[in-house]
Amino acid sequence: MEKVTQQDIEQAISKASREVFETMLNLPLEVKPAGMRKVIEPETFHGVLALVGVAGSWTGTGHMSCTPQFAQRLAGALLMTEYDSVNEDVLDAVAEVANMIIGNVKTILEEKLGSLGLTVPTVIFGRNYQTRSAGVKDWVLVRLHSGDDRMDINFCLMPSRVLAHMTPRSEILTA
Amino acid sequence: MALDVLIVDDSAAIRKILHRVLVQAEVPLGKVHEASDGNEALEKLKTEKVGLILSDINMPNMDGIEFLTRIKSDEVHKRVPVLMVTTEGSQAKVMQALELGAAGYVKKPFTADQIKEKLTGLI
Repeated sequence: MEKVTQQDIEQAISKASREVFETMLNLPLEVKPAGMRKVIEPETFHGVLALVGVAGSWTGTGHMSCTPQFAQRLAGALLMTEYDSVNEDVLDAVAEVANMIIGNVKTILEEKLGSLGLTVPTVIFGRNYQTRSAGVKDWVLVRLHSGDDRMDINFCLMPSRVLAHMTPRSEILTA
Repeated sequence: MALDVLIVDDSAAIRKILHRVLVQAEVPLGKVHEASDGNEALEKLKTEKVGLILSDINMPNMDGIEFLTRIKSDEVHKRVPVLMVTTEGSQAKVMQALELGAAGYVKKPFTADQIKEKLTGLI
């Protein structure tokens, strides 16, 4: 089985994000890979966060976070309606955008990693909440800029528990 | 003749978009039914007859593959064309859906034109 590199993941996120923004949102997009991000303590978020899990012989999580205003703009572009607050439609739209981006990242990575599954998306909206992914410290971060708005996509991937003892963590992501 | 359609997707956003695309495609729509997973879709089909089904693959409770399997083994509904509209890009899943009798496959993200093109010949 081939390994995936940080660059592979960044390229997959860039390609998937461009496809979703061009095809379904019709919003301008500038993609800026921001390298590896080490997270030791639980992270604090404000705004909207959508999570999608990847599972199979490799396991991971992708999450997409943005301000409530950008979430409303995304939902407006997707559903062709204006939103002035974060309601059920907005959360559902953000979850679907995350599902399409992470789902397409998964499809691209399957070329190297074999078949992977995808969880249904979970979306969270609030102020000052913390998240923690068990056992994950290193995230690939890609920033998506659309006008004055910004969205962060974080992605982590590691061999599943069964294979973990065979592949040292430090070998998984190499630039 | 008006065509009744069933849209099966766990995302309400995608259900709305697909409904809009059907209108844009000038499909002669009758009733448009919605379901958020395969179980709910099968329940709808107990009381409603439809001429077209658009279904996601990755859904909770009952996924699109299981739903398709059930539809194609049902005497009443097995001839209804089922178009899979999904994020799932794995060739194995796509092949499985087509072998089970799916009429076609559109990958998310999609354009309205891609859906329209796939519908040509189905309805």
